[in-house]
Amino acid sequence: MADGHKPKNKGSGAAKTAKTAKTAKDPESAVTGKAGQGRPAPRLTVRKTYKLYLGGAFPRSESGRCSPVTSSDGAHLANVSLASRKDARDAVAAARKAFGGWSARTAYNRGQILYRIAEVLEGRREQFAAALTDALGLSRADAAATVGAAVDRWVYYAGWTDKFTQVLGGANPVAGPFHNQSTPEPVGVVAVFAPQGAPLLGLTSVLAPVIATGNTAVVVSSERAPLPSIDLAEVLATSDLPGGVVNVLTGRSAEIGPHLAAHADVDALDLTGAGEAAVELEEAAATTLTRVLRPGPGSDGGEEAWRGTDPGTSRMRPFLETKTVWHPVGV
Amino acid sequence: MPVPTATPSGVIVIAGRPVSAAHRPTELKVPVPHTATAPEAASNRALRAFLHGLPGVDEVGARARAQDLATRSVKTTAKAQAIDLALSMVDLTTLEGADTPGKVRALCAKAALPDPADRSVPRVGAVCVYSDLVATAVEALRGTGIGVASVATAFPAGRAPLEAKLADTRRAVADGAAEIDMVIDRGAFLAGDYKKVHDEITAVREACGGAHLKVILETGELATYDNVRRASHLAILAGADFIKTSTGKVSPAATPPVVLVMLQAVRDHHAATGARVGVKPAGGIRTTKDAIRQLVLVNEVAGPAWLTPDLFRIGASSLLNDLLMQRTRLTTGTYPGPDYYTLD
Repeated sequence: MADGHKPKNKGSGAAKTAKTAKTAKDPESAVTGKAGQGRPAPRLTVRKTYKLYLGGAFPRSESGRCSPVTSSDGAHLANVSLASRKDARDAVAAARKAFGGWSARTAYNRGQILYRIAEVLEGRREQFAAALTDALGLSRADAAATVGAAVDRWVYYAGWTDKFTQVLGGANPVAGPFHNQSTPEPVGVVAVFAPQGAPLLGLTSVLAPVIATGNTAVVVSSERAPLPSIDLAEVLATSDLPGGVVNVLTGRSAEIGPHLAAHADVDALDLTGAGEAAVELEEAAATTLTRVLRPGPGSDGGEEAWRGTDPGTSRMRPFLETKTVWHPVGV
Repeated sequence: MPVPTATPSGVIVIAGRPVSAAHRPTELKVPVPHTATAPEAASNRALRAFLHGLPGVDEVGARARAQDLATRSVKTTAKAQAIDLALSMVDLTTLEGADTPGKVRALCAKAALPDPADRSVPRVGAVCVYSDLVATAVEALRGTGIGVASVATAFPAGRAPLEAKLADTRRAVADGAAEIDMVIDRGAFLAGDYKKVHDEITAVREACGGAHLKVILETGELATYDNVRRASHLAILAGADFIKTSTGKVSPAATPPVVLVMLQAVRDHHAATGARVGVKPAGGIRTTKDAIRQLVLVNEVAGPAWLTPDLFRIGASSLLNDLLMQRTRLTTGTYPGPDYYTLD
């Protein structure tokens, strides 16, 4: 917003702002300096630039591209960055860098941080409900229930962080003088293709189990409704979650997907939102022995498809590697 | 840049000014020797007159030029060529107190066959080790044609008596080192005792015999670009085959502006005498992007004649894996992971 007239009173920032606003509305009155007295200047719209979430920061796409996002009834909502393959590469590098520290945290501390995410999300319920109404055309009640369910899901997985080890691991009976025990360990960097029709609860339901167990994630957000994923990234960024543990890419999954699937430094894929491309991505993943979680029933449903009951360990187990230790015991 | 030249009358001219009679080597007679760059009688005064007569480095300009050249985009086939060239220029280095013969042998195996999955990868330029491990490296590299470079002269500090430095050098050469990387006495240089620095280089040069001599300036400790330029010319004057930025133990090391200044020095030396001296940046070059930027600098400052392992080397250890990964990325089209390459 360029205004051709420098404010006369340079010392006052407030004066400058007021003048700028006035100029924007009515250049003539600003020139004469007479009109507009007593009328409160209308606020300019503060438009939000949605960016990627990479390594704890919010950079624009390396490619400089962006694309418009519309609401369910076709109105323009905002522009989002269109991530390129290089952004995907950077995201994997950031996730790999964060993996050591995140997986080495105590399960208790990971639980605390996941619970903190729930707390911060709870404080922003209104914002997320409005975003869901815009993006999916949900009713207010539906949107509020979905946000509530998403908060609950974070709390749910916060509780799992220090319990999945007991459930999935344990002492194994062996026929010999050995103590034998198995313990599940995180696989590493997981590329998550978020559900297309469920940008908040669906995203939470696939993302939370991945990071709860100590993995780091590169999320390819819903192509149809990407805005809630970046809003969620802002919640993650302010919840003591170390940078790089979750990286969010908005853009075309058909463009980024193949590069992530074939990337040798990606340890697992969650193909929930990959749709038609899932088979192709699974084939590409096979070349580097990458673990794959195939899209299950209801993967392409809306938020209500994710509101079901207790997901259990079903979404944590695929991204864990069991380590078994044999230890000789004295007789 | 005005460099000292010998006019047909035998008067040495530095930076456009005739050197006073006191500094002029009296025994100099026509014809002009092709290596006549500076005072042959290396007295401290003569060296000071020469080195301080060099034009000052435009610090901002050097930074801006290096930054500008760093924005060159090198892609696809050009990138593939640059990666292969950089691979052949790598001095694969291990200079740790914890170096074991086993680690040196592993490094030598990697030097000979950097990527076991792809035999078309060129071999590296040399393997660089401490002088006591030269014999191990020479044995491990027998038949591969890869030379062994050895750091010597009380690397990395250079704080030892000259006798110790020379003994270090002779031992490395006797064990089969083809290249010697010596450090200059930075203390003497900064104190203005250029003759001491000069004479040490000359003495080590002599002790090297047939081995190539690389002179490490340790630019991170020289404080200014002017000093880098002076040290470069001093090392070239004393008979260096290569001038090298750093030991890798001091940060900052091979920053692009420093390499730029050193490349200007060898270019000017070539313009004055026709002899080509090599440059070796070392320390802090970890990614393919860094390496390609160095190659762009070489091409633009010194000229394409320097784009050969005989005149340009990159001292590095972790760079090799990144070069290999980028090479794989170009040949397969998929992103490789560090798990598929050897550590170190």
